[in-house]
Amino acid sequence: METFQTIILLLDATFRVATPLVLAALAGMFSERAGVVDIGLEGKMLGAAFSAAAVAAVSGSAWIGLGAGILASIALSLLHAYACVTHKGNQVVSGMAINIVVAGLTPTLGYAWFSMGGQTPHLGGDARFKPITLPFAEAAHDIPIIGYIYSELISNHNIIVYLAAASVPICAWIMYKTRFGLRVRAVGENPHAVDTAGISVDWLRYKALIMTGFLCGIAGTYLSTAHGAGFIRDMTAGKGYLALAALIFGKWRPVPTLFACLLFAFTDAVQARLQGVELPIVGVIPVQFIQALPYILTVLLLAGFVGKANPPKSIGVPYIKEK
Amino acid sequence: MSEQSPALELRRINKSFGPVHANKNISLSVDRGSIHGIVGENGAGKSTLMSIVYGFYQADSGDIYVNGQICPIENPQSSIEAGIGMVHQHFMLVDTFTVLENIILGVENGYRLAGGLASARKELVRLEQEYALEVNVDAIVGDLPVGLRQRVEILKALYRGAEILILDEPTGVLTPQEADHLFRILDTLRDQGKTVILITHKLREIMAITDSVSVMRRGEMVAHVKTSETSQPALAELMVGRSVLLQVEKKLANPKDTLVSIRNLNYEDTDGVPRLKDINLDLKAGEILGIAGVSGNGQSELLEVLGGILTPKSGSIRFEGQELVDSKAFTARNLRKIGFGHVPEDRQRSGLVLSFSANECTILGYHDEPEYNRGLCLDRKAMVETCRNYIKKYDVRPPDPYLKVSGFSGGNQQKLVLAREMEQNPDVLLVGQPTRGVDIGAIEFIHKQLIMMRDAGKAILVVSVEIDEVMSLADRIAVMFDGGIVGELSAAEATETKLGLMMAGVKDAQSETKAAI
Repeated sequence: METFQTIILLLDATFRVATPLVLAALAGMFSERAGVVDIGLEGKMLGAAFSAAAVAAVSGSAWIGLGAGILASIALSLLHAYACVTHKGNQVVSGMAINIVVAGLTPTLGYAWFSMGGQTPHLGGDARFKPITLPFAEAAHDIPIIGYIYSELISNHNIIVYLAAASVPICAWIMYKTRFGLRVRAVGENPHAVDTAGISVDWLRYKALIMTGFLCGIAGTYLSTAHGAGFIRDMTAGKGYLALAALIFGKWRPVPTLFACLLFAFTDAVQARLQGVELPIVGVIPVQFIQALPYILTVLLLAGFVGKANPPKSIGVPYIKEK
Repeated sequence: MSEQSPALELRRINKSFGPVHANKNISLSVDRGSIHGIVGENGAGKSTLMSIVYGFYQADSGDIYVNGQICPIENPQSSIEAGIGMVHQHFMLVDTFTVLENIILGVENGYRLAGGLASARKELVRLEQEYALEVNVDAIVGDLPVGLRQRVEILKALYRGAEILILDEPTGVLTPQEADHLFRILDTLRDQGKTVILITHKLREIMAITDSVSVMRRGEMVAHVKTSETSQPALAELMVGRSVLLQVEKKLANPKDTLVSIRNLNYEDTDGVPRLKDINLDLKAGEILGIAGVSGNGQSELLEVLGGILTPKSGSIRFEGQELVDSKAFTARNLRKIGFGHVPEDRQRSGLVLSFSANECTILGYHDEPEYNRGLCLDRKAMVETCRNYIKKYDVRPPDPYLKVSGFSGGNQQKLVLAREMEQNPDVLLVGQPTRGVDIGAIEFIHKQLIMMRDAGKAILVVSVEIDEVMSLADRIAVMFDGGIVGELSAAEATETKLGLMMAGVKDAQSETKAAI
């Protein structure tokens, strides 16, 4: 029973860690499938985390915070679009610039507004998304295995975790079953085909990037108002890059990307558990090494085990009508 | 019908790109239900003109009339609405999509795909029957052969309700048989009342299929004629502005010793796909061996293996009796040293560095020759001097050794590469697509140079997708299909039909055509 409980707890932690990854990776999917490299997922998440926490702290409402997070992230996304789509700038440089600007700007603004060393005030009450107890979860708790799984693993998460779970089928539907999705997939493969079909390449990429901003905004908000209780400097800690890796590992498709996110999140959960635990033969593994595990795994997976990733053909190439 | 206004009329169209006046006062009138050809050399402004009609570019001045009505075309959308469809030279298809998805892109009929896909499927069945354009609508476009992809492009235009269909260099990637099939389709379209505009630089096609033809030269429209009242030489003269030889004049070849013998050569690409299968060829001194084939059947790989760029999987390449494969000499650099010259197929990718000046490109690959070096530095004076000589001898225009290579036209870039490789006086010259994107005038010159090399006793290998070029240049023709050699013919035996069948992989094309007779 104890192993079973440990597994459930691990999976529970996995879900919580995976939530921002899934949302950010799906965000990246829209941008990259439309042919725009988005290394700025990290910055958008961080920007959203900050503005959500700041607005939630002032307004006292997590939902208003969420709105602010999404708006901030979309604004950053539009900046990326302005640089890369309108002015055909280098997409990696623009994304990196956004990451650097946001990393510097958030603590500065936080310091100016709240004078708490770059953090936002601690969030409590309605300013934070609280875990939701699903119907019958209490009653089911004592039913062996199934009831336990339901009440411990499925129930008792905050709304954004469920939102992330729902976003996978929704994004898959948008990508594969709607006109918008068809056009996004087409513009990432061959923007000339889209242009000659009488569709504006630039406007289409703008729309895809707005979608990216929207999802990234939710991901960032989760970090500061649901997972955490306030904004801390650099709180994304590379999650944007990890999400990007998961997207590539998942070959730019929603469901495989979900599993990649879960895998990364699982190693993170294991990592947290393994700290200080004495293992047979090797003894206690240094914390630093364990903390590096998810990242080492990322590199290994991307280097060898994925096989050849076939990115959207026109990714990273600004669309310029040639002579 | 003749009383009616023309399907498409252009009046005084002008378009400039910076200092280049691509279209000067172009007027054109195309009758409904006809096939109208537009010919001209590369860079004459044909594609620019049609891109204006299709709304890809905006004309600086001038008007477009469709069915007698003035029709301001601002973007592809308004052109599609006016009933104009275009089949581009480089297909505008999404390779990872199915045929059906490609066709409905842009006309999805509602935000959900399901409905649009279903109604398109029905409509396509009707169109396929009406115009004899069968294609499997659920196939992935990237898996289809080029001929079928082109058909998808035509269906795409028809599905959007095109009454005027513009085809830009449609036969460049087709075998002669596929091209014939395309022409039958165009005939059907004309019979059904559609108007077809065919842009090409191949005069034979113009004569074969069009009703009337317009000739462009240096951005101007120089003539409109009825096809029945003109001839190939007359059109060629109009295109170039002087009379040209369409056929190279050459003496009979006098082949001597075998210089290079290739036996059972195999090559696999990095994905493990076999690209060359058991190639056996001999290159003889004083002879031009032509390799014909639809592009992508292993010709590029053959050239790159012989040039030392790719390493073969197995087989032998002997040069004057000496084995090259598996020896340390098998690198591009060493092959150059022992007497191989290589004019790569894609001059912009592997023949030149576009951002270099002409004189720098003159010594690419030969930069370590003592004559271009002075101590640790390059001898710029010697480079410029050599470049000036090449420019003079090969009539490169503009004659400026300091100009960036990207500033030269395609034909002049090709002359720079040819000059560099030929002037090293190699024993074996490998030439890929000698005249791709080169003007008729320059083609004549390049062909003459190759013949001169041959007569000087060099072994020459010419790979070209232009069947006419192979037939007029080569003394012996080998046809490649799917990585193998289908067969060899002497120039005298070769006919277009035979080569066409062999290019489609028919092994005993020779006996089959004989049987047919």
